[in-house]
Amino acid sequence: MPIAAPLLLSALMFAAGVYGVLVRRHGVMLLISVELMINAANLNLITFSQLLRDPVGNILVLFIIAVTAAEVGIGIAIVMMLYRQRSTVAVDDLQLMKW
Amino acid sequence: MIIRAIAFWALAGLTALSTIFVVTTRNVVHAALALAATLLGAAGLFILFGAEFIGLAQILIYVGAVVILFLFGIMLTSTSPGRPVVDNDQRWLALLVSAGVFVVLATGILAAYGSRPLRLTVAFSTNALGNAVFTKWILPFEAVSVLLLAALVGAIVLARKD
Amino acid sequence: MVSGGIRQIAYLIPILPISAFFLIVFFGKKTPGKGAPIGILFTGTAFLIGLGCFADAISRGGIVEKSVTWINFPTFHLELGIRVDGLASMMFVVVCLVSLLVQIYSLGYMHGDVRYTWYYAMLNLFTGSMLVLVIANNLVQMLVGWELVGVCSYLLIGHWFEEKENSDAAIKAFLTTRTGDLGFDVGIFVLIVGAGTANIGVLQSRVAAGSVSTLVITAGAILLFAGAVGKSAQFPLHVWLPDAMAGPTPVSALIHAATMVTAGVYMVARIYGLFSASHAALAVISVIASITMLMAAVLACVQRDIKRVLAYSTVSQLGYMMAALSVGAGVAGVFHLWTHAFFKALLFLGSGSVIHAVHSNDMHEMGGLRKYMPITYGTFIIGSLALAGVPPFAGFWSKDEIVASAYTSGHKLVFVAALITAFLTAFYMARACTLTFFGDYRRRATAGDDHAHLPHESPRSMTTPLLILAVLSVVAGFVGIPGHNVFEKWVPVGHPHEGGFVAWIAAMSILIAISGIALGWRMYRGAAFGFGVVDPLERLGPLYRAALRRFYIDDLYLAAIVRPVQYGLSNFVYKVLDQKVVDGAVNGAALATVELGKAIRTTDERGVDGVVNGFAWLTNKLSFGLRRVQTGNVQRYAVGLFVGVVIVAAVLIGGLR
Repeated sequence: MPIAAPLLLSALMFAAGVYGVLVRRHGVMLLISVELMINAANLNLITFSQLLRDPVGNILVLFIIAVTAAEVGIGIAIVMMLYRQRSTVAVDDLQLMKW
Repeated sequence: MIIRAIAFWALAGLTALSTIFVVTTRNVVHAALALAATLLGAAGLFILFGAEFIGLAQILIYVGAVVILFLFGIMLTSTSPGRPVVDNDQRWLALLVSAGVFVVLATGILAAYGSRPLRLTVAFSTNALGNAVFTKWILPFEAVSVLLLAALVGAIVLARKD
Repeated sequence: MVSGGIRQIAYLIPILPISAFFLIVFFGKKTPGKGAPIGILFTGTAFLIGLGCFADAISRGGIVEKSVTWINFPTFHLELGIRVDGLASMMFVVVCLVSLLVQIYSLGYMHGDVRYTWYYAMLNLFTGSMLVLVIANNLVQMLVGWELVGVCSYLLIGHWFEEKENSDAAIKAFLTTRTGDLGFDVGIFVLIVGAGTANIGVLQSRVAAGSVSTLVITAGAILLFAGAVGKSAQFPLHVWLPDAMAGPTPVSALIHAATMVTAGVYMVARIYGLFSASHAALAVISVIASITMLMAAVLACVQRDIKRVLAYSTVSQLGYMMAALSVGAGVAGVFHLWTHAFFKALLFLGSGSVIHAVHSNDMHEMGGLRKYMPITYGTFIIGSLALAGVPPFAGFWSKDEIVASAYTSGHKLVFVAALITAFLTAFYMARACTLTFFGDYRRRATAGDDHAHLPHESPRSMTTPLLILAVLSVVAGFVGIPGHNVFEKWVPVGHPHEGGFVAWIAAMSILIAISGIALGWRMYRGAAFGFGVVDPLERLGPLYRAALRRFYIDDLYLAAIVRPVQYGLSNFVYKVLDQKVVDGAVNGAALATVELGKAIRTTDERGVDGVVNGFAWLTNKLSFGLRRVQTGNVQRYAVGLFVGVVIVAAVLIGGLR
């Protein structure tokens, strides 16, 4: 397979993640979209790790996964707090900083 | 080789479709599940590319825990009847922007690599990874541990009822 | 021309009184004596220097002339200079002495006056101005002094300006002399243009050399004489002098007897070379002088105010002096000026003493004062005898010389006029003395004044000058006794002139004088003027009435000149020119400025403020527009963020390729 293939796939995943971040109103959906973007990065790293035959990529991905897990945990906690405060999960209802 | 090619394209296709599904479906739960599928596909690709440990770790952590976490979040914040919580009104703008992102990235990729083939030659053993982590990368490892602890504590504090 | 000697510093003589003026003005009030001692001191010093000059002129003769060039014009140069000959030195003595005596006299007379210090300042300014006139070596400088004495006269006549009558008299004096000064100014111009110089010496020598046209000489002389007509109160500009008696009596003694009024005579004598070269001018002078001396003498006979008598007498005597100059007897004229200064000043100061004691100028309220004021009485009689021309008093010698000269030079008109005037002079002085000093005291009748205090003699500050002047009235004439006439040598005027004594004329003069006195004495002796008793002269009917109205000359002037100017010209100038044109222009300028101000304000408000406010408005609108970016919607922000990412990535990747 061409090298470009997995890379393009990761680009697609990343773009989809961008779309999701910009479009989705549900707070959890935002987090999911962010997950997608991170995974695209992971895929990129693994691909290059294989291409360059260097385990560094793997190690980095390991750490990324760990960090991501922590981030999701916090993110869900925040969404839940938000839901408790405002009884809404839609992020575009949160416009207190409007002019 | 050909099995690898087939495996690759199949997994890639799965991942791609799932990705699209994640960001386009109206049902949040479906989106979470599609995410799980995407992650599985990605894990498969990891294993294909010789990162066996990472691939399994992905399945364990991502698919097994993170997605569950998402589902919990969705469940605990299911809204009262009202406006269904799906997309906002900047869809076309977002489409444009993400298309732009994709185009830029693709241009870069294709310009850099064109159609050079990828030879799958290496498989990284867990042993080697473990050695590297606990010697060369010990500091980030410890830092991540602390981070996980902080996240744990933080999540509990944030999500408390009072 | 001689040089050296004390006459070199003669310029100090005018400078001293003028310095006194400034000192008194600035410091007078603060010094003890309120400025009077300063004046007396400075004038006294000037007198001493003047005496020295006179002595030097007597001993060495000649002329000391020094000058500095002030402005150099292409055709002539304007100078500041002194010309000290016998004539000028004599005038120094006269002016300074009389001024000094007047200032001493004023210590008593003006004691407690409301403007005492200013009075002394003015007296000194006047003295200095007169001396500037006297000492000048050129006509322009003389004009400066001439005008200055006019101003001082105005200020001094109007010393008690709270009374409208006094300020009116001052204005009348000033305007009348100004009228004559017009001629004087034009005359100076004519001479400068026609003869090319204003310097007195150069002018006379050019006239003598024949390098000046007859027209210029005659015109210049007559025009200059016009100034003298005004200043020396000759007909027809004599009208101011009687009214000038409104000023304090010492002022009258100084200015209107001895000095300022003699300026005209002095000027003619000074430039005698010019006048004697024009027969026309001399004829004009003699006619006017004759009219003046006669008319004034007649008017003096009908006055009730003692000072008015003396004023008309002065006019008449000035006519004598002018007449003398016009018949070629310059020395005689100046000699009369010399003697007249002393006895007329004496008479005025004496009258001041009387007025001071009786608090009235009206002779009908006097009488018998010889009992109460012996010194005043004695000196006044001496002065009167001198004026009447009784030997051996001073006036006889000078008057007689004039009469004789008129006869010997063939001027019949002047001769006859002089004789008649002599008679009248004796008459009116006798009348005045009789009314004032003889008979019973007709005290002033004021309501509730039954214990009116009797008049008493004046203080020593007043009687001492009287005594000094009385002595002078006796001896001053002796310097001109025919046969021993040293005055002629001391004060040469024109060509030396013999023939000033004709025996039968002298005898006739004495006879005329005595008969005049006798008539006056008889008519007024024992006169008891009270209510209803009239002056015996009223028997003359219409002539008397006309004389009382001053021969209607003042009325003529008032109707023909004063009123038309006052109501006609002045009104026009005021209402039209000043109010409409000048004020219109000024107000117009003000209006224009206001409009300009308004326009500027509009520009400022609309323009400048508009720009400033515009900026604010613009900023406001911009900010209103721009703040809508802040939607509060995070995903919107994210759009921006990713757009930026795309752009940066594109640039980087593009750059890498």
